[in-house]
Amino acid sequence: MPSPRYWREIPTRYRLEAGRCRKCSKVTFPARRVCPACRGTEWEKTSLSWKGKVITSTVVQVAPTEFHMEAPYAVAVVETPEGARLMTQVVDCDPAAVQPGMEVALVFRRLRKEGHGGILCYGFKGIPAA
Amino acid sequence: MREVAIIAAGMTRFGELWESSLRDLFAEAALEALKAARADHVDSIYVGCMAGGQFVGQEHLGPLMAEEIGMAGVAAMRVESACASGGVALRSAFLDVASGMSDLVLAAGVEKMTDGADVTAVLATAADQEKEAYHGITFPGLYAMIARAHMQAKGTTAEDLAWVAVKNHRHGALNPKAQFGREVKLDEVMCSSVVSDPLRLLHCSPVTDGAAVVLLCPLEHAKRYTDRPVKIRASGLATSTLALADRKDPAFLDAVELSGQRAYKMAGLTPADIQVAEVHDCFTIAEICCIEALGLTEKSAGRHAARTGLTALGGKIPVNTSGGLKSKGHPVGATGIAQTIEIFEQLRGEGGARQVKGARLGLAQNMGGSGASSVVHIFEGV
Amino acid sequence: MAGIVGYGAYIPRNRIKVEEIARQWGRDPAAIRKGLLLEEKSVPGLDEDTITISVAAGRAALVRAGIDPARIGAVYIGSESHPYAVKPSGTALIEALGIAPEVHVADFEFACKAGTEAMFVALGLVESGRVEYAMGVGADTSQGAPNDALEFSASAGGAAYIFGKQDQLVEVLETYSYTSDTPDFWRREGEFYPRHGGRFTGEPAYFKHVESATRALLKKAGMKPSDFKHAVFHMPNGKFPLQAGKALGFTKEQMATGWIVNTMGNTYSGSSPTGLAAVLDVASAGDNILITSFGSGAGSDSFALRATKLLPERAALAPSVRSMLDGPRRYLTYGEYAKFREKIILND
Repeated sequence: MPSPRYWREIPTRYRLEAGRCRKCSKVTFPARRVCPACRGTEWEKTSLSWKGKVITSTVVQVAPTEFHMEAPYAVAVVETPEGARLMTQVVDCDPAAVQPGMEVALVFRRLRKEGHGGILCYGFKGIPAA
Repeated sequence: MREVAIIAAGMTRFGELWESSLRDLFAEAALEALKAARADHVDSIYVGCMAGGQFVGQEHLGPLMAEEIGMAGVAAMRVESACASGGVALRSAFLDVASGMSDLVLAAGVEKMTDGADVTAVLATAADQEKEAYHGITFPGLYAMIARAHMQAKGTTAEDLAWVAVKNHRHGALNPKAQFGREVKLDEVMCSSVVSDPLRLLHCSPVTDGAAVVLLCPLEHAKRYTDRPVKIRASGLATSTLALADRKDPAFLDAVELSGQRAYKMAGLTPADIQVAEVHDCFTIAEICCIEALGLTEKSAGRHAARTGLTALGGKIPVNTSGGLKSKGHPVGATGIAQTIEIFEQLRGEGGARQVKGARLGLAQNMGGSGASSVVHIFEGV
Repeated sequence: MAGIVGYGAYIPRNRIKVEEIARQWGRDPAAIRKGLLLEEKSVPGLDEDTITISVAAGRAALVRAGIDPARIGAVYIGSESHPYAVKPSGTALIEALGIAPEVHVADFEFACKAGTEAMFVALGLVESGRVEYAMGVGADTSQGAPNDALEFSASAGGAAYIFGKQDQLVEVLETYSYTSDTPDFWRREGEFYPRHGGRFTGEPAYFKHVESATRALLKKAGMKPSDFKHAVFHMPNGKFPLQAGKALGFTKEQMATGWIVNTMGNTYSGSSPTGLAAVLDVASAGDNILITSFGSGAGSDSFALRATKLLPERAALAPSVRSMLDGPRRYLTYGEYAKFREKIILND
């Protein structure tokens, strides 16, 4: 993980910073330059609530190298109250329990370790809502 | 625009080809096509390859491959759209001839996947790095999520998915170039190990080496090379969001629908006119979603097609008579051209045991990533 | 004097029972349970570490304090399991909680005392007027070596305290620190597990420092044990804090609420700070509370505190320690525990 790339993503990954289109009010996460709904280019800074609902999900059994020891784990598309969708793991529960419709809380976790010497990468994950 | 024809094809076997390097694969397929056309030069070369750089450390494939077949100096370039790289190589070649710019063009697809690279990690670069790969999702994982959404919305079952694998293996067993030349039973598919729930090992296309090449020329020149050219009636290309979370409906492949609509419009045809099709079954769920999005079945009826024989050889609309990606193999960049070759042979009556009787109009659809790009070509036997 | 304006704690949801560990090594679980007064301990997930625990605890502290995070002028995390050997844990926390960039950050270490140490410095900085608010966090995911006594107790968790002058939830009445150079427990750079001096960690280390610090604090504050409603001591196992408390003249009832080690384990720098959080979750206005930590090496920080009438209503704003101890949790097998604690050897 190159340091500059990781560092640029901190506001997105650590604080769920997003953008609300001034023209059509669509919230995009992460923030971007051109609104996918109306092509508007004026934005208001906002951030997502730390919660959402599972839209679809799966349980990854055969994982990429960095996630090898965590398998099996559930990954889901989650929609927040602002209408933004994001992809994230859902942990702290039996992966089979993660199904469409489940309510989750978003929390700060360590997403990957780059071997024994690389940087540690943090971000958000879902856990079952209390 | 001039009318364009495919006049020759060449293809390696698909499989774990330990003895062949990336350039060996290209050369074998290209020389077979050139020999069939009795051609010794081309005006330009398009090489579709998803990840030469990541799989074998080799970029800059345009000049490399031109030189490999003794044609250094020829206009050549590599084109990429993840797993749709072959399809966009065909489209680029088509535009080059149709525009009047070139008179004989080579469109190739090639991929060398078994030289030791971390295949899962390389394929994941077709997904969104920041929004998806960062969180530990894999390709099978993305399609598994599409499958789960499809199951929830349309009642598709694990068995419906398994039937696609059974059908395609039955076809692939008749294809001497297929990676897997054997049939599989339904319960074998249903009991194979889980890769990413609900997708099991036998729902997933394999890791494969291979190359496929076609030669294109203006239709008016075709008789110089072959008695039975196949006309390219249409080319439709479309994109969608890269990240699955940004799609309007994770169970629906909108890029496939759009690319299909563009192709049908250009050809002046409807889905009902298509008599044989190759669609992108990187995972069994993908075939179901693609035939729905292409209008080859009703929007919610895709799941029944394999089981009822609708899309089997002998059925109303045979799909993936080559064996599909599932049993023929999926050397990523080569697939789009390999699909084209299957239709080319079908429309020339050269399908052998896989022949769809009297087929005159065929379609090939090649898709990238989890449906972020899709390219459709419609062909006519002349 | 400054005081606590917000507090929060976090304990991971995974657990392993002492019996399961004992079974692994062929030990008698009943003897362990009785000898150490431990039932089970928390285990951090593969995605949890001192930083993620600090962020969770810090977030809860901010909720209870109800202040704009940008007003926090200093953040200190004390731990003996900082994720990096060189790169502070505190910098990730300030970005996650929106405290960056106008803030002083430093990481602290002093075995299990690093948490109260961070709290002590945060307190002093606010009192001096140099910053308006300061946060001190104690959090750890420490390791216990396989088949060693410490494997039964080493666990994960932490608590965060925000100090300020206005709207205090808890007043700080007095502090006292007692420190000496005592090599009872240590870890050299590059070693995976700490080492310790066995029985030497008891009387000359734990008891000497906890008791000396507490007695001196009481004397300095002009208070006696019976003045306090609650007393929290560092909890390396179930027995030591009860023994120390009794020797100092505290009753079991006074220590009960803060004595959470039997199901939490020893969260090292998080130990007494989390015990204190458990007390604050239920304390009433006017309650005097004592907390004395202990860190090997060795030293103790002792604080005399008093709950204000603002505390009960703010305590209710974030999850209680009890809810984390008794709420949804997942019991692991030793194999899963070894995987989570990265005791399984892998190639890079």
